[in-house]
Amino acid sequence: MNDLTSAFATAIDLIIALDAELLAIIALSLRVSLTAAVLAGLIGLPLGALIALSAFPGRGAVIAVLNALMGLPPVVVGLLVYLLLSRAGPLGELGILFTPSAMVIAQTVLVAPIVAALTRQTIADLHTEYDEQLRSLQLRRWESLVTLLWEGRFSLVTALLAGFGRAIAEVGAVMIVGGNINHVTRVMTTTIALETSKGNLSLALGLGFILIALVIVINAAALGVQHIAQRAQG
Amino acid sequence: MTAATPRQSILPLELRGVSLSRGGRALLNDVSATLQANGRTLVMGPNGAGKSLLMRLCHGLIAPTTGEVVWAAERRHAQAMVFQSPVLLRRSALSNVEFALHAAGVRDPERRERAAAALQQAGIAHLAQRQARVLSGGEKQKLALARAWAIRPEVLFLDEPTAHLDPSATYAIEQLIRSIDDSGTKIIMSTHDLSQAHRLADEVLFLNQGRLAERAEARAFFEQPQTRAAQAFVNGELYWE
Repeated sequence: MNDLTSAFATAIDLIIALDAELLAIIALSLRVSLTAAVLAGLIGLPLGALIALSAFPGRGAVIAVLNALMGLPPVVVGLLVYLLLSRAGPLGELGILFTPSAMVIAQTVLVAPIVAALTRQTIADLHTEYDEQLRSLQLRRWESLVTLLWEGRFSLVTALLAGFGRAIAEVGAVMIVGGNINHVTRVMTTTIALETSKGNLSLALGLGFILIALVIVINAAALGVQHIAQRAQG
Repeated sequence: MTAATPRQSILPLELRGVSLSRGGRALLNDVSATLQANGRTLVMGPNGAGKSLLMRLCHGLIAPTTGEVVWAAERRHAQAMVFQSPVLLRRSALSNVEFALHAAGVRDPERRERAAAALQQAGIAHLAQRQARVLSGGEKQKLALARAWAIRPEVLFLDEPTAHLDPSATYAIEQLIRSIDDSGTKIIMSTHDLSQAHRLADEVLFLNQGRLAERAEARAFFEQPQTRAAQAFVNGELYWE
């Protein structure tokens, strides 16, 4: 109980002090995870919609795999991206291992299946309702896909938020491909892991509180905007 | 400036031995008919007779198991359909109509003008900026009709468009259907409402158990139905074969 109280006090102190190092870590965390969420959206939204609207042999298996990929272990993704980006790897020449770019790639790999799977389910449900009307209007396949993505925009915000939540909360992948280098690739979760390993539990827990608060604020803001837009548009 | 090439008529519409089966069960059975441009055609029959399926087959939403649906010319954007429960997009009434026009290849500023005109003709111009999905049932159906009418189809399929509406909304929709008919669009409409069929039909296709049991000019159908099933339907009697 004392640890929790002390951690809470530490979190308050950190926020009040507006420590430059802490702010840099928060900024990097947000930059990496928001970029990964956006990239995952660019991949996952059309991919999920395409799978929802397509009929092909093995579609059921593809959906099962896609759903399973939502539970990808971050350390495994980190390791795979590490192997790709390491000097000896196929993308080693890019020289981006242990940079925020590598962290963005790892988190994008983690988040894209989540966005794609949730998008597929949302679009499949909408497709049941809209299919005849859209075919009656003689829309082409890609036009239907774009229309359904737009019609599902309120639900798809939730998919993106789920992806962002996964990205900002994970530690294994960014630790492996980022290396937790101070002032370069240190983010909230890797800092927490580091402080925990140093036995600085109060600071680690305080940072944890700040991380949770950040996620809540971002989700609340996004859902607030979503709610207002949804009420305005019926 | 050269004049636009007039679109070749897609009518008559020929149904050649059209059948539809699902799960080994015949839902439509050897339906043959030729529908001409003149007059409002009402597809009638009891629930489960295959009316909605026939409309969807004609509109190209489903393919027949056997037989052919043959149009006289390329039908793309020359026909439209309004469903029993209109599916409207999450945007304004005006945008819903503009969307259909966009899909039909109509560009701005003509698109906006035609959308506004369609809402005006449907009597819902005052709802142009309202969100479509919060409209009442009657308003939604008027909007669905305006959306279909805006693309100026040669043939308009109406699948029981007043099934969920109260008498006053039904009256308004019927008036709108007459206006669309007057504008030169061929109306093919399904209903099981006898009084509505009396008011709107020029000719009747009567379906029973997936078969075209009878086809006749409206007055002849109502006064002297030829089949036992049609007689029972017109007289409001229970009938089993």
